[in-house]
Amino acid sequence: MTTLTAAHAPAPGRRSHVIADTVTMLQRNLLHMVRYPGLSLFTILGPVVALLLLVFVFGGTLGAGLPGVDPSGGRDAYLAYVMPGILLITISGSAGGASITVAMDMTEGITARFRTMSISRAAVLAGHVVGNTVQAVIAVVLVLGVGLLIGFRPTASPAEWFAAAGLIVLISFAVSWLGVAMGMQSKSVETASNLPLLLTLLPLLGSGFVPTASMPEWLQWFAQYQPFTPFIESLRGLLLGTPPGWNPVLAIGWCAVLALIGYAWSMALYERKSVR
Amino acid sequence: MTDMTRPAIDVQGLRKAYGGKTVLDQVDLSVEAGTVTALLGPNGAGKTTTVHILSTLVRPDGGTAVVNGCDVVRDHDGVRAAIGLTGQFSAVDGLLTGEENLRLMARLRHLGPKRGAQRVAELLEQFDLVESARKPLATYSGGMRRRLDLAMTLVAAPRVLFLDEPTSGLDPRSRHTMWDIVRGLVSDGTTVLLTTQHLDEADELADRIAVLDGGRIVANGTPDELKRLVPGGHIRLRFTDAAALDAAARLLGDSTRDEAGLALTVPGDGTVGALRGILGRLDNAGVEMEDLSIHTPDLDDVFFALTAATNRSARSARAAEAEPARTKGTES
Repeated sequence: MTTLTAAHAPAPGRRSHVIADTVTMLQRNLLHMVRYPGLSLFTILGPVVALLLLVFVFGGTLGAGLPGVDPSGGRDAYLAYVMPGILLITISGSAGGASITVAMDMTEGITARFRTMSISRAAVLAGHVVGNTVQAVIAVVLVLGVGLLIGFRPTASPAEWFAAAGLIVLISFAVSWLGVAMGMQSKSVETASNLPLLLTLLPLLGSGFVPTASMPEWLQWFAQYQPFTPFIESLRGLLLGTPPGWNPVLAIGWCAVLALIGYAWSMALYERKSVR
Repeated sequence: MTDMTRPAIDVQGLRKAYGGKTVLDQVDLSVEAGTVTALLGPNGAGKTTTVHILSTLVRPDGGTAVVNGCDVVRDHDGVRAAIGLTGQFSAVDGLLTGEENLRLMARLRHLGPKRGAQRVAELLEQFDLVESARKPLATYSGGMRRRLDLAMTLVAAPRVLFLDEPTSGLDPRSRHTMWDIVRGLVSDGTTVLLTTQHLDEADELADRIAVLDGGRIVANGTPDELKRLVPGGHIRLRFTDAAALDAAARLLGDSTRDEAGLALTVPGDGTVGALRGILGRLDNAGVEMEDLSIHTPDLDDVFFALTAATNRSARSARAAEAEPARTKGTES
């Protein structure tokens, strides 16, 4: 029987494999992104089209309606106002990518293969989350680039830029966890691409596109207490110098809460859903 | 390496139910190291569930299962280090190339860059995938995907290999290639448990066959032992209408009717004498027949004989259970 215990040798070294396996999984997800840029392009295209429409078609009128804005400078004022919301919609849209790739892994049975290979679920899931975070941040940079091209002029100091970048990474990370969980929850790849659309709605139902004060009372209440309003307000504060108030604290808190929900949700589903 | 006195797979009293539906009911199974056992059964017999439990994907409700000396529940890492599973649907990464899929496995098995590259090259060669190694999987045929799937499972040279319907959906040529590969693995000392719905596949590959039906093992033995369970072949008579089928059934007492196919199956080995007897009786009674075929005994007969019998007894058992179950339901 002593020979049998010798066969168990891989077990003690397993912990140390979690990081190596996470890196392998991350590289796999990044390779998907490079090999099939279509999905990534799509997450950029949506926000860019929305930005151009909002600024050049609706911007003059919407900007003139903003409190304290001279009606003749409406378009530029609206570009500045809407940009944080557009960046947030880019991040929430990226959850769809995570959701779809996770659902594909589940339906193709490769997640079940990973399980029979003793690869920890933390490594598999972290590979998806980190890969999607990278993708979301790249998308944000590109969309911000388009914004700068059409005249968005942030007033942020280097320190504020740095903080804004950190906040974007943090929100992308939290949203990616939710995307992974949604992909795991979905029975098919089609459902997986639809479920995260709920997240894309949130910036619209917050302070991203119009001030919440202009909304009906019941909607104002929702807009005020949902996570994307502090996200948008913090980003607006960092990039454009509006008073941030408690929003940065709320934003970081919400990131932690959303990431934890996504983490717990996907960990709970992993074993059950990977066998089809 | 492993304790040779102990079977590579040892299953006792395995039970599993999903909701109220029993999928596995006291399954016992033992596979000697270095041999091939086929788990044979119709759809829904519990074959895949058995393989999923043995490969640690699903937890059993009861009973024990030990693979390569490790308990599948208490020591799943020990089991996982020793096994490989290739399922019914190829578990490959469709967005990568064949070579990248294999390299992914080599890295996840922690082979190290040098040994990993060497193993990947070996497997590409062995599975005839060298030419398409750098092509995206979208260009692969079903047979190539399945071969890649198995190659991925073999990166770490598992001691115990589970193949869940390894040839379902493959064309005859790919099927034979797959069989050759399995034979090669077994000659290298790998223990194989494969599930199949095809009796010829079990007959080709397996040292022992366990017939699973309705979650129970209804027979277990070598292919020859199982064939001996059915004494002879049968003659199948097909008729043009139900009246002729009725008349023939009355004339030939010991027969099985197939109403939908308007056919009658008569036990017999198909000798000229037996045929002459049957045809004579039908002729005398003026019963018209559409056609006749002779079946010599094969595993199909074993399979149908065994599963038909359990279907009948299971159905009556279910009917008997239904009453008390309903009473229990209203009490709670």
